[in-house]
Amino acid sequence: MAHPTSPDPVPQDGTDAALRTDPAPDQVSEEFMAVQASDEFQDLRKTQRSFIFPMAIAFLVWYFAYVLLADYAHDFMSIKVIGNINLGLLLGLLQFVSTFGITAAYVHFSNRKLDPRATALRDRLEANVDEGDLK
Amino acid sequence: MSLLSLTAAAPLAAATESTSVGSPIVNISIFALFVGVTLVIVLKASKNNKTAADYYAGGRSFTGTQNGTAIAGDYLSAASFLGIVGAIAINGYDGFLYSIGFLVAWLVALLLVAEMLRNTGKFTMADVLSFRLKQRPIRIAAAITTLSVCLFYLLAQMAGAGALVSLLLGIDGKMGQSLVITVVGALMIVYVLVGGMKGTTWVQIVKACLLIAGVLVMTIWVLSMYGFNLSALLGDAVETANNPALLDPGLKYGVSEASKLDFVSLALALVLGTAALPHVLMRFYTVPTAKEARKSVVWAIWLIGAFYLFTLVLGYGAAALIGPERITNAPGGVNSAAPLLAFELGGPLLLGVISAVAFATILAVVAGLTITAAASFAHDIYANVIAKGKTTPEKEMKVARRTVVVIGIAAIIGGIGAQGQNVAFLVALAFAVAASANLPTIVYSLYWKRFSTQGAVWSMYGGLAAAIILIAFSPVVSGTETSMITSADFAFFPLSNPGIVSIPLAFLLGWLGTVLSNRKEDPAKQAEMEVRSLTGFGAEKATDH
Repeated sequence: MAHPTSPDPVPQDGTDAALRTDPAPDQVSEEFMAVQASDEFQDLRKTQRSFIFPMAIAFLVWYFAYVLLADYAHDFMSIKVIGNINLGLLLGLLQFVSTFGITAAYVHFSNRKLDPRATALRDRLEANVDEGDLK
Repeated sequence: MSLLSLTAAAPLAAATESTSVGSPIVNISIFALFVGVTLVIVLKASKNNKTAADYYAGGRSFTGTQNGTAIAGDYLSAASFLGIVGAIAINGYDGFLYSIGFLVAWLVALLLVAEMLRNTGKFTMADVLSFRLKQRPIRIAAAITTLSVCLFYLLAQMAGAGALVSLLLGIDGKMGQSLVITVVGALMIVYVLVGGMKGTTWVQIVKACLLIAGVLVMTIWVLSMYGFNLSALLGDAVETANNPALLDPGLKYGVSEASKLDFVSLALALVLGTAALPHVLMRFYTVPTAKEARKSVVWAIWLIGAFYLFTLVLGYGAAALIGPERITNAPGGVNSAAPLLAFELGGPLLLGVISAVAFATILAVVAGLTITAAASFAHDIYANVIAKGKTTPEKEMKVARRTVVVIGIAAIIGGIGAQGQNVAFLVALAFAVAASANLPTIVYSLYWKRFSTQGAVWSMYGGLAAAIILIAFSPVVSGTETSMITSADFAFFPLSNPGIVSIPLAFLLGWLGTVLSNRKEDPAKQAEMEVRSLTGFGAEKATDH
């Protein structure tokens, strides 16, 4: 899989857009590109990605580690821990715990770190761009 | 325990003589009550269906909690409920293993998809994918993958309805089952035509509450019989089944090297497919903001997680109280574990409630799929491709309503045709197609600046074709005793789940199509999409009435 991110900002000279004919980058597009290049937006984007990408990779690795153990390490998963409850059942229940945990962590994170920044940027856009101009 | 099995033995012995358990009259009455109550709700909801946003997205006025409940209602299909309880009762641990993928998958929706999709789209998945790419080719491709997933899922549900009828209503003949499938299909058409997304959502909310409440009661009941000691319940399950391996992995997926790899492939499709199911994506448009979309997924995760924990108890409970042998010999086989357990615990009344809930489940899931497919056809194909955007919302909704009728009739005919066929693989195929044809393009267009039209088209068609071709040449279609076609053998692909090949292939094609593309996409559109996806600026608002 390719790297889905490229950190460099869009070239601001508008060369590509100029070649594309259509109405030249109008005021609304200019505003979006200005916001995208702003420090505040880049900070929001970085904050979001530095949480969701590592978290997504972590839960996928943990889930597939569990699947491979259950699929290929039968003896290990069959080790009894408490009464009739074996390691396989405990690890399976831990998948529930981790899913609930990541969910709670993400809500906490986005309420504190993402929402205030996104709201500030949205207010700024609403002051500068008429939403009726959007397609 | 022994007293209970004595008292239950008589009616169940009688039950195995006739084809159903409990009283069909009670089952039908409770189901009719559900239909009556939901019809009233749908009629009330339809009063405000004025605009396209009302019809397709319920006016975007549902709260996160309501939508999350509806998501759970949409997602917990009859296959989840009857299938997983039965799978645990018979295959033990491997049934539980299967259920976990359905829950973990929601983290993809929560972290990567829900909020940004809500901020950039209007009604369909194609709205998001075509935001900064070329409209026509992307909308056509996205509509084709959407319709494919909906069709596979729909057929599986309708075929399941026939099987459920024989189990719960004692209707065995082909004519009788066809009649019930027709009634279910016709009811669904009425719900979706009259109620639109608002009506459909309320049906799903009511159904989710009934299903989860019913399962919760049964879980507490089973646990109380073992002094709330899970270990004791497991021990009794092993004793009744006379099979200590019931608690260990491997009974189903561990039989051969191919079956082990098949499970990895299935797990991949479940985890990556859920967040790309079109009817799930469309639910995120029914709330007013991205924050509510987040709340929807959070609420859905709690409900779905709790539900699968309950099915663990019910599955082992059915193994302990009824035993795998009696379950496999009952009409309906594996699927009869949950109804048999309900009868054992609460007699005909609890069985009636559980049966009605199972029917309601099919109705609600089928309604959600139909409105998604109709929206995709009317909004993507008709309005944006055939009419090239030069149409009125009224005209578009008329097309959507006609599509609902066409899909409803197709589902009835398909459901009748699929009777007695082994089409259980269709649900797994729907997830595999969603994970291969939709998810790579969704992720790339939200997070990869360079992603191009050619990459999207290659990934969507490549993923769709790979999944369908591999399934056509797999053992589920030909070559074995349980295949659709037993008389021929053209199963060149050894696995029943194509995901392990088709998903990486679709990611690769998306990347390759982009790096080999000559066309440079509009950086201004990319900037607009990225800014709007993260800030929610310009996102579609709730309609006010």
